[in-house]
Amino acid sequence: MDVLAIFPEWLITHGAALMVVLPLMMGALCAVLPNERLAWLLVMIVTLICAVTGLGVLLTIMGGDSMSYAMGGWDPPKGIALEIDGLSAPVMLLISVMAVLCSIYALPATIAEVEPRKRAPFYAAFLVCFAGLLGMVATGDAFNVFVFLEVSSISTYVLVAMGSSRDRRALHSAYRYLILGSIGATFFVIGIGFLYMETGTLNMADMARVLRELDGGSRVSQVAFGFIIVGLGLKLAMFPLHMWLPGAYAHSPTYVTAFLASTATKAALYLLIRFIFTVFDPNVDYVAVIVTRLIVGVAVVGMLFASLQAIFQTDIRRALAYSSVAQVGYMLLGIGLATAGSVSAGYLHLINHAVIKGALFIAVGAFWYRFGITRVADMRGLGKTMPLTMGAFMIAGLSLIGLPFTAGFVSKYNLASAAADKGWWWAVAVIMFTSIFAIIYIGQMLKVAYFDDPHEIDGVAVVRNEAPLAMLIPLWILAGLSIVIGMGFDGGFVVEASEGAAKAIGFGPFVDGGFGFTAELNGLPENGLSAEVAP
Amino acid sequence: MLTSFFEHYNYMVVIVLMMTGLYVVFASRNLVKKLVGLSVFQTSVFLLYITVGKVKGGQPPILVDDHASTSEIVKLAAAGGDVATHSSDVIYSNPLPHVLILTAIVVGVATLAIGLALVVRIREVYGTVEEGEIDAIDYRYNLEGTES
Repeated sequence: MDVLAIFPEWLITHGAALMVVLPLMMGALCAVLPNERLAWLLVMIVTLICAVTGLGVLLTIMGGDSMSYAMGGWDPPKGIALEIDGLSAPVMLLISVMAVLCSIYALPATIAEVEPRKRAPFYAAFLVCFAGLLGMVATGDAFNVFVFLEVSSISTYVLVAMGSSRDRRALHSAYRYLILGSIGATFFVIGIGFLYMETGTLNMADMARVLRELDGGSRVSQVAFGFIIVGLGLKLAMFPLHMWLPGAYAHSPTYVTAFLASTATKAALYLLIRFIFTVFDPNVDYVAVIVTRLIVGVAVVGMLFASLQAIFQTDIRRALAYSSVAQVGYMLLGIGLATAGSVSAGYLHLINHAVIKGALFIAVGAFWYRFGITRVADMRGLGKTMPLTMGAFMIAGLSLIGLPFTAGFVSKYNLASAAADKGWWWAVAVIMFTSIFAIIYIGQMLKVAYFDDPHEIDGVAVVRNEAPLAMLIPLWILAGLSIVIGMGFDGGFVVEASEGAAKAIGFGPFVDGGFGFTAELNGLPENGLSAEVAP
Repeated sequence: MLTSFFEHYNYMVVIVLMMTGLYVVFASRNLVKKLVGLSVFQTSVFLLYITVGKVKGGQPPILVDDHASTSEIVKLAAAGGDVATHSSDVIYSNPLPHVLILTAIVVGVATLAIGLALVVRIREVYGTVEEGEIDAIDYRYNLEGTES
């Protein structure tokens, strides 16, 4: 608690609102700045403020409090409130920290990849996207979620399309993402519409209360649930709905890829957990069937299929993008198992995967920055020419596989043991099996980098050409972080945060709140959710 | 059957528009036509929301009582009180869906604008807006490796 004393009280009180409003307003300012260094500086300041605030908010939440911030002084059921609890606070901190680290990396990367006159607006679009992601996570109003979802999505389409000065296929990828993303968001808003018809409210906690009074649910709420799952599924790249993801990740500027891969799908995944476990009643049949049958089904098929596809990709970023789809499968499996252990393991994997993929994509960006490398076969000799960058890539890659003493191992182990506890041994087998696929696709990159001879330019082998410091610093922070989490040097902070998230949605004895949850019934949470749901 | 159809006339229109829009998005290979389909699809949702806002026998949600009490009602609403019981026996249509849809329309316009801007850029770079031709160009580009 002594760490918390450093933060001024007003920062914590208004923290949630500040984190959403500040980047949104600074985004507008950023667009008119004359030069990209000023714009970059502004981005750094804003993301740093958000990260510090996020830390303060998370520490307060973990101390047992929850936060509700009524915007404009209008009280929650009628007005829009920002609600922060154990589920949302870690995701907000994650998004802010990833934004800081990716932005450090952005300074050299953007100069290399984006045309000069587009750089300041590019940073502006980034800030708006950042604000949208934080807003999605912070808000307690269902329609507001849609608005922030679209704020972040629309700016993401622009960011992806900015890759066109490097690779023209970025334009078509951005277009495809726009079509599928808009369909997803529209499905989501149809679902919210049906929920509003059923409950007569837009506040999520209020919705949850009304839906629990329905006892078994009506046809309208069932339809709403279906639309919301499909809409969010498109956004988070749930297996058969992931077609936009590889193109968007492979062709956008590397800065955008690193940021999106570690945040965008994670915010949508947070919303999925939020809607399944707190807004809808997970004990009702139609929710339980979808979660334990459909979501587990697509998770498992996605893990196997996307991992297999990753092996056959020639482009590094495309291979890692398919791997992202597979990793989303792990998180969905955690949700689908629906026990306290599995949900917190899935949530932990969400955090770890953001750290790992952020590091991998930054390293890939550095390869391109120095040597213009995009294909796996071109990575030869990188172990000798860029030892520091490649070293971090290797650590993150091994963490993705799930080698002991890395972050990936902790979350995969927790997930597998949660599945074993439930008696789903086939799920454990699938986790092992897809990890072997990960060994193959990461292994072939490492093999090329460490055992093949470096490139030759004019008959002379390239000796050593390390990435600039602005790329190495965030890269090694992330690589170090995955070891720190894996070895437990953080004092179990991340694990504790993920367990807090599971508690916040009704698993396990809750510290201080309206949840009287103890037992499990048929592997489903038996949560005695009372009127004061969510925060 | 027929009465049910006319009672739910708006919803029928919503369903037809929604399915038409979605079909055009999936079936068309032309980038502009896809965006048209997307707009039709989104418009159907606007209509859905607005239909929900209709209350039988309700009049437009503009206060008809004395105007002096307006500010009091706003204050009451801000404090989380129940406004409905205070506005006498006049039945109003629900204004909330309309307000929501204003936001959704803005979002739709922004999406369409970005989409069209992307199509313009694609036309500049590829010289076509037909998805099949773009894929063919990209495929050839992949085979030939790093030219252009």
